[in-house]
Amino acid sequence: MHERIDVKIVVSSVASLLMVASAIAAAADESRIQLKDDPEAATVRAACSVCHSSDYIEMNSRFLKRAGWEAEVNKMIKVMGAPIPESEVPRIVDYLTRNYGVE
Amino acid sequence: MIERVFAIITRRSILQTAAGGLLMAGGGLLRPARAGLPSGAIESEMLDALPGKQPLLKHSFRPPNYETPVGSFNDAITPNDRFFVRWHLAHIPEVDAASWRLNVAGDATERPFALTFEQLKQEFEPVELVAVCQCAGNRRGFCDPHVAGVEWGDGAVGNARWKGARLKDILARAGLKQEAVEVAFNGADGPLLEATPDFIKSLPVWKAIDDNTLVAYEMNGAPLPHWNGFPARIVVPGWAATYWVKQLISISALAQPFKGYWMNSAYRVPKGKFPTVDRFLSQESETTTPITEIDVNSLIANISEGQRFRSGASIEIRGIAWDPGYGIGRVEVSLDGGSSWQSAALGPDLGRFSFRTWQLAFTPQRKGDMTIMPRAINAMGIAQTEAWIANPAGYHNNVIQRIGIRVA
Repeated sequence: MHERIDVKIVVSSVASLLMVASAIAAAADESRIQLKDDPEAATVRAACSVCHSSDYIEMNSRFLKRAGWEAEVNKMIKVMGAPIPESEVPRIVDYLTRNYGVE
Repeated sequence: MIERVFAIITRRSILQTAAGGLLMAGGGLLRPARAGLPSGAIESEMLDALPGKQPLLKHSFRPPNYETPVGSFNDAITPNDRFFVRWHLAHIPEVDAASWRLNVAGDATERPFALTFEQLKQEFEPVELVAVCQCAGNRRGFCDPHVAGVEWGDGAVGNARWKGARLKDILARAGLKQEAVEVAFNGADGPLLEATPDFIKSLPVWKAIDDNTLVAYEMNGAPLPHWNGFPARIVVPGWAATYWVKQLISISALAQPFKGYWMNSAYRVPKGKFPTVDRFLSQESETTTPITEIDVNSLIANISEGQRFRSGASIEIRGIAWDPGYGIGRVEVSLDGGSSWQSAALGPDLGRFSFRTWQLAFTPQRKGDMTIMPRAINAMGIAQTEAWIANPAGYHNNVIQRIGIRVA
């Protein structure tokens, strides 16, 4: 049940992740989406845009508290397999809460 | 009317407008029916046309999630180029029908085999039916309190005439063993990362062999659009679109319940909270069950929030109603915010799984604000709910719509 008609993009390093993300972004018009400016915006973009466009973040604002954003980030890592280093999680959650959450 | 105005604006100008900020939340004037969605959902959505599609309301570019503007529901059938688009994973290959194969296998089949597209169309009796395809999360964006996910408004739903082979006929060729409990489906789409769970869904055998469950290869008399699952998808009338697997490449009859994230964790609701008839016992846990049937629901299609009318002039309210397949019993409309209700006239019956159009004309005699509401009741006597029955994933939102109009 894991047949695939063409080859999946399998990425293993942060550098190639970013290349893939930017290539897809250009194709899908999603480069027009701007994450809110903040010193951690680049970290968040790098972590999240591997698999999805950033409008996923904005459309889910503003109603999640910190615990809600933390749950989303942890789901992406534990369930969806996002290769986000443990050390980046608090910074990403802080950014999302600050810019797209409620206290 | 608003949608019509937008439809003639080119994609470029829409995007420029968005970049210029005119579609931001303050521009509620432009799309007032979006009130109730999270502010960020209103700010980030825009009309955008995927290749081969009319401009739809974009929620996310990648994977693409686009909803149908409500104005498209003035007719019972939703055109293919306006049908909503919903993908979980961003790897969505262009499938070539000539080299496509549908593998039918699994430990509960006697004779696994593969089908070409021509065989699918030629070797099984074609069946046509009209059925509503509705995302489980349709109207999630209106849930109060808000729930994380794709923040859909009213348009993650559509109604089409599907043509295809009965799934049970395909399974019969493979020889379904007695011990089969579920049938699982996979599409050509997949994740970008190896670690992300592939989108694989299963149905209980009894639903898989229902006469109405199809492997569809036509939609409204045309091939399925790429974005709606070309060349073939599962059609499960009455059940949420999560089971309507697109770009179908494999069917597996299984002697054990399928284990995977998209069945065991996602698309589940608390047990016992909803008036759902169909159960999916092999996937139920102590506390939760997979979503199965969609809800009885209705929408006003031709009037927008805040629209102005003249007193003494007739107003025609038109819309659609649907349910999981028991049939629409009646549609009632309130013109006074829910204090009193009157029956709307139902349009043609295109089958029990279809949208049913309805209309009601009235002439307001007094000036002032009015709240108009439609309420569908199905043939089993089940009505829409007045308040959302809370559940963690934001499903089953069939709360009665309220539209405020001004008579001047």
